[in-house]
Amino acid sequence: MSADTSPKNLDANPPVDGSELIRFDKVTKRFGSNVVLDELDFSVASGKHVTLIGPSGSGKTTILRLLMTLTSPDSGSIKVNGDYLTHEQRNGKLVPAGDKHIREVRKNIGMVFQQFNLFPNMKVLRNITEAPVTVLGLSKDEAEERARELLDMVGLGDRCDAYPTQLSGGQQQRVAIARALAMRPQVLLLDEVTSALDPELVAGVLDVLRDIARTTDITMLCVTHEMNFARDISDRVLMFDAGRVIESGSPDKMFTEPEHERTREFLSAVL
Amino acid sequence: MNWDWSAVGDFLPRFWDGVLTTLEAVALGSVISFAVGLVWAFAYRAPTRLVRWPVGVVTEFIRNTPLLVQLFFFYYVLPEWGIEFSALTTGILAIGVHYSTYTMQVYRAGIEAVPPGQWEAATALSLPTRRTWTAVILPQAIRRVVPALGNYVISMLKDTPMFIGIGVLEMLGQARLQGADTFRYVEPLTVVGVAFIVIAYPASLLVRALERRLVR
Repeated sequence: MSADTSPKNLDANPPVDGSELIRFDKVTKRFGSNVVLDELDFSVASGKHVTLIGPSGSGKTTILRLLMTLTSPDSGSIKVNGDYLTHEQRNGKLVPAGDKHIREVRKNIGMVFQQFNLFPNMKVLRNITEAPVTVLGLSKDEAEERARELLDMVGLGDRCDAYPTQLSGGQQQRVAIARALAMRPQVLLLDEVTSALDPELVAGVLDVLRDIARTTDITMLCVTHEMNFARDISDRVLMFDAGRVIESGSPDKMFTEPEHERTREFLSAVL
Repeated sequence: MNWDWSAVGDFLPRFWDGVLTTLEAVALGSVISFAVGLVWAFAYRAPTRLVRWPVGVVTEFIRNTPLLVQLFFFYYVLPEWGIEFSALTTGILAIGVHYSTYTMQVYRAGIEAVPPGQWEAATALSLPTRRTWTAVILPQAIRRVVPALGNYVISMLKDTPMFIGIGVLEMLGQARLQGADTFRYVEPLTVVGVAFIVIAYPASLLVRALERRLVR
């Protein structure tokens, strides 16, 4: 994707080619008097890998939580695959979406959390098969076969029968990635997935994600402080500050010649 | 006051009846308190205050009035409304309902102790609400609350002598009956006291063992 970042156009909307998968339209989110997202507009094209960077509190994680419907916007709208996530059309009018609608649109989205959030009462295999069986209606055998393939892919084919607490943080996170992929999402949201890991475990998780980025056409939306990783996998990097996208572009451009003063400050602090 | 082993022997037939009655009361009372407490706990999470408020008032009322008053109420007042049970059934219902207001709080704490991340993961996987409860939240919550529930079972055991107030012949009732018949109270009462320790102490050890195993 060409990076469209003329200084005047800081809205992060490069012209898209009809395969636009996610669109935020004037999305505002407040927590009390704190404006976390301020009339945010941005979009992500299908199959692209977009990384969100910026100081903490700048609204990056909120974007992922909005997409996962873990929180809802105060105003504005979000579209996934052309469907409103937060609203639905009823009798030609746009009304706040009902549970059923949200559930349907959300099925396209998977998320990996900073704290893994595996289900500790289930073995690794069942963590992965639970949703495909109960939500997608796969048979237990189908779901297990697929789960084993995914576990092989993340290098944990031999840990099907372990409980999550018996695994290291890095292993748990790889299981969580497999669990998200088992739902065959179009979009994978990665919320600081290595921040809770001991340093020596980070590489294993990032390698798995690099693989996924390289070998699948899953759209990835990634909040991370791992700048090298961001540089490797991203098609586009968005710099957030105070609830807005202040700059966006290809990783090469963003990491070597950022235009915005805040981006330069931020990168010099984290690189 | 001298100890007479033969009086102990004479008491044993009644004593075993009393033991069975006590254990029956604790077992069934526990089942009722576990089940009704879960219903309270869910009702107290209802989205509307029209449900939460009455549930809160009723359970606070039951928890904060003495069990003996409730026993008398169930035993003497309910029949006036045409609801009549045997004394033992009345006692079991009363103790079960009384303790349900405690187990309710235990469940509530257990449910709230499940990390928000578990709900978020369930949402991210689009698990239906009912499935989230049965497969994710409750199994984790119940694991956490088993020791606390066990402690209430032991506490319930020690409250069963109150059944004497409505004429149920559990262990203490049998001891008093024996005393009234033979004019020897020392042996029957001692046997009953020892029996409570023999049942309650291993039970508390079991609860502690469960605690070590389940709460991690």
